[in-house]
Amino acid sequence: MEPEPQTRELVYLDNAQTTRLDPAVLDVMKQFMMENYGVPGGEFGYRLEEDAREAIERAREVIARSINASPEEIIFTSGGTESNNIAIFGAANSSSYKGKRLVTSKIEHMSVLRIVDRLSRQGFQKTLLDVDRQGFVNAADLKAGLEDVRTVSVQHANQEMGTLQDLAAIGEICRSNDVLFHCDAVQSFAKEKIDVETAKVDLLSMSSHLIHGPKGVGALYVRDGVKLQSPLEGDDRERGLRPGTPNVAGIVGFAKAVELMTHEHALRMCGLRDELIESLLTISDSRLNGPTGERRLCNNVNISFRYVEGEAVLMHLDLRGLVVNTGSACYSQKLEPSHVIRALGGTLEESHGSIRLSLSKWTTKEELAYATETIKQVVGELRDLSPLGRKLPAQR
Amino acid sequence: MTVTSETSARRFGYSEKVMDHFKNPRNIGVIEDADVTAKVGSVACGDLIKLYLKFDPDHDQIKDIRFESYGCAANIATSSMMTEMVKGKTIEDARKVTFKEIAEQLGGLPRIKLHCAVLSRQGLEAALVKYEAKKGRVKIDESFVNKILRGVLDPIEGVDIISAKIVESVAVGEGRRVFMELSAKAGSELAKSLTDDIHDAFEGLDIELNLKFKE
Repeated sequence: MEPEPQTRELVYLDNAQTTRLDPAVLDVMKQFMMENYGVPGGEFGYRLEEDAREAIERAREVIARSINASPEEIIFTSGGTESNNIAIFGAANSSSYKGKRLVTSKIEHMSVLRIVDRLSRQGFQKTLLDVDRQGFVNAADLKAGLEDVRTVSVQHANQEMGTLQDLAAIGEICRSNDVLFHCDAVQSFAKEKIDVETAKVDLLSMSSHLIHGPKGVGALYVRDGVKLQSPLEGDDRERGLRPGTPNVAGIVGFAKAVELMTHEHALRMCGLRDELIESLLTISDSRLNGPTGERRLCNNVNISFRYVEGEAVLMHLDLRGLVVNTGSACYSQKLEPSHVIRALGGTLEESHGSIRLSLSKWTTKEELAYATETIKQVVGELRDLSPLGRKLPAQR
Repeated sequence: MTVTSETSARRFGYSEKVMDHFKNPRNIGVIEDADVTAKVGSVACGDLIKLYLKFDPDHDQIKDIRFESYGCAANIATSSMMTEMVKGKTIEDARKVTFKEIAEQLGGLPRIKLHCAVLSRQGLEAALVKYEAKKGRVKIDESFVNKILRGVLDPIEGVDIISAKIVESVAVGEGRRVFMELSAKAGSELAKSLTDDIHDAFEGLDIELNLKFKE
């Protein structure tokens, strides 16, 4: 049933979950853990403090430049979840804004959905925007419900299906209605082009570990003039929005990872993504979830296979050295089907058989050929066990 | 490129025994001339098994039992273990097997996967009671119908539709006609999935089902 055990190597296609550190990133990080291990001090610092300050400010410039922002508009955080919390709580707690309604979409990351939900139990109103079958929010829905709104929070790329929202359209609506626009860009950052000026974004969440940077570091873009009241209390570091000792090595590594991600990487992943989609769809009773082409994140593939359950597929693949992810309820800690696939209006069965494969800048054609063959095999074997559609061959 | 396969690792909180039965399920497949079949669980829930049983009528013994699975690793492993445990047993002895024993024999299950052992046990009960009904030893009454319905799951919550209080009333009329009222809204995705699952559960019993959903 399985190939003979060989030397240890994984085909890792879960890069939307996390990525492997780039060795060049590790190199620059080491220096700031072993030699320049200081943290920025006050107005005047001793040598180690000044080295750390310079390194962080250089990193801030790199992040700012990558989204067409100014360095003063970037604060470093511990990652996407913290950035989303500071942005949404920060705007809700701020005395500079009046609106009492928070708008977001049904397919956001849990950190966004849960903050909005908590605030809705503390005096705010909430609107959860529907999405269409491919995961897009409707601009007309957004326009229709902007009265008394404080923030609109819509992600750039979806974590499961790779749907890329039209940020410029959403930004334009928010700006012309004097509403703050927060965008969770954790999945797309440094992979897709983001320009906070043309997209009219006021707050943008970014993370390091999905682009071969270290885990535990991220950033929040806060447009000049936007006033947040941080949920955290402490010192005045990161303009008081994210107080506490900064993760210097992490921040330096984050910036290095951004510099190492190029437009060529994105183009290459796009090509591989489309080839993978095409080859997986040759498996019978399979369906692509999410959009195609330029409106899909460059490294995301999500396919539902009928008559099989995602956790069983994932485990058989893992045993054969292929790592993927699934929206199946059985694989989730709470046994709930993916809220994303459900929001698309799909059936429960579709969520159980959905498999997400996410590429990295290092993914090869050879790896994808192995992935396709292995998935074909496993889906076929599980369909043989299944009382549903068991008479169908795995291949067309 | 060389890719490793693992043969015996403890994964995802599953014991080695669970992994073994997941990778090499025992008694998988169908029995073409089965005396009775039982389908429990739900497609929408992602947790479904179909059992096929063949009996030795002289000794009331389970001569052969096979299963098909649409479900996770625990679903496959618990069904595999259950079939191993009851094969060759008399109906009376098979009934003594509990879902806890199935889980124990597998070296334990993650807490959130215990329901898989429950489902395989419910599948067995449904099959046994259907066999007895076919033999005319069990009356097709409300208690019988309720037993069968224990094997049908609420696709959202994953608990059986009796416990979930989706079944509001059951009545058995003349000529093997069964009436039930359900709390789901007529025409909804839930009603559609329940209709399929309930019909599957009573498959092979020569019963006329009349389901009534909320308008």
